[in-house]
Amino acid sequence: MPVAEVRTPVHVEGEVVVTKRVGAHRHLTLTAPGVPERFRAGNFVAVSVPGHVARRALWIHRVRASSAFGPTLDVVLEPRGEGTSWLAAQPVGAKVAITGPLGRAFALPKDAVSCLLVGEGYAAAPLFPLAERLRERGCAVSLVVSATDESHLLSALEARRAVRSVTVVTADGSVGQRGQVADHVDDLLRRAGADVVYAAGPTDVLRACAAAAERAGAWSQVALESPTPCGTGLCHGCPLPVAGEDGVDRVVRACTEGPVIRGDRVRWDAL
Amino acid sequence: MVAAGCGGTGRELEPFSGPDGLAGLDFVTRSLTLDPRAGGAGPRLVEVPGGLVNAVGLPNPGLEHFLATELPWLVRAGARVLVSIAGATMGEYADLARRLSRAPGVAGLEVNVGAPDEVGAGLFEVREPYHAASVIAAVRREFPSDRPVLAKLRPDVSRIVEGARSCHEAGATAVVVGNAVPAAFPDGRAGGLSGPAVGPVALRCVAEVHRSLPAMPVIACGGVRDLASARTYLAAGATAVQVGTALLHDPTTVARLRADLAADPQEDA
Ligand SMILES: Cc1cc2nc3c(=O)[nH]c(=O)nc-3n(C[C@H](O)[C@H](O)[C@H](O)COP(=O)(O)O)c2cc1C
Repeated sequence: MPVAEVRTPVHVEGEVVVTKRVGAHRHLTLTAPGVPERFRAGNFVAVSVPGHVARRALWIHRVRASSAFGPTLDVVLEPRGEGTSWLAAQPVGAKVAITGPLGRAFALPKDAVSCLLVGEGYAAAPLFPLAERLRERGCAVSLVVSATDESHLLSALEARRAVRSVTVVTADGSVGQRGQVADHVDDLLRRAGADVVYAAGPTDVLRACAAAAERAGAWSQVALESPTPCGTGLCHGCPLPVAGEDGVDRVVRACTEGPVIRGDRVRWDAL
Repeated sequence: MVAAGCGGTGRELEPFSGPDGLAGLDFVTRSLTLDPRAGGAGPRLVEVPGGLVNAVGLPNPGLEHFLATELPWLVRAGARVLVSIAGATMGEYADLARRLSRAPGVAGLEVNVGAPDEVGAGLFEVREPYHAASVIAAVRREFPSDRPVLAKLRPDVSRIVEGARSCHEAGATAVVVGNAVPAAFPDGRAGGLSGPAVGPVALRCVAEVHRSLPAMPVIACGGVRDLASARTYLAAGATAVQVGTALLHDPTTVARLRADLAADPQEDA
């Protein structure tokens, strides 16, 4: 089957098979027939919340091709609004309508280059499967995970076998280096000798990474987290201002033309 | 039918449309303007109980680009393409109709004369029914009479019968009763309310139009999400229904509805 066909998203009923609290986050493992099989790092799923019209977009943190439950996917929730709180409270066995995988995935380098991966909070989730793909290609991967404090940090333990080095940055200094990603990224980029920077997290982190990559003459790809009312590209509700390859400014859909996009294409001031 | 602005370019909907994809499906495009429009600033949509408030701002690539890229794709996919058009002046509507009449594969037009905030969106003002009717007449003059021109009206119960009658007299093949209802974002910005919450409003309008003008085909739009909500409109006299917001919640809604209606054929929808 041609790749394009295999990658088309599906809308299915999934089921919570594992739920686990980790610090301030809730990790859910779900079945969602067809979604794990089609997944590429950087994809997300849109999930329905009863009584709500808009969907909730969640990064896919990990997929397993097989488990006691068949193929599964993991998501990381930081309960903030009604939707994420509802989802985080779902017990094993709960049914959830899931659409995915959605969005553009991270583009992988053809050669075994050196890569710096920078993720903040729960949004660092898509970098973990990316690290594995990069390692399979022989890339040297340096991973930076950051958060406001330790409880909001995604554990890099599982990623350790895929990466050459892990750096931890917390705003309060509870673990690792104290400060913001922006304070450390130039230094980290230089030490990693990175040719490509992949970033996932809040806009300020992405912008700092894109700017650092630009200064160092490296490529960057950022995974933007804009609210996506439908997630599928139908509603045009997630405007993303970009500079086109042809130099013409445009507004594209973050869910469809993104959420992963080259950092130098984003018009950060217009966001 | 897929309601305007809720089916993307068609490509995004296709994976969720069942084994036949878009083949044979009435697909209304998002409203197209002569020139490209970037759309409004964010946030463009906000969730409210029972629906969404939107001020998307009619983002579209402009007629030229649509004709070169999106239309041929939709035609190849087998969709029955109804192009929604919007303009700032009567001349723009006429121009759009003329150029679309020559484009291969355009099954018909849907004229957006009921946007929730047409003035804010920079469109021709259609406060009075005769405004809408004059737009329809201008479009009808430019578009072949063997292909439908639909007039899409705002579900305002105090004006809807008059609006429907004027548009029909001006040459509209059918009226689409229902659009996002004028509403506001929590910060007071103008927008339009859509989804299940507007269903009863559009239903009242459909019923009144059908009662007053029983010979005129009425297409209902507002809050359709399943067989029951579709049947309610059909029972009130609608000849077809459009699905908008429900697709944003569940992109398989139209495929499911088509299958359900086919399995339970009481009337043609
Ligand atoms: C995101 C969004 C975009 C829309 N864009 C258009 C449009 O371009 N032209 C138009 O005539 N109506 C547009 N509408 C209105 C819908 O086509 C439909 O008439 C309205 O939402 C009511 O139906 P529903 O409750 O099924 O959504 C839009 C609605 C939404 C929610």
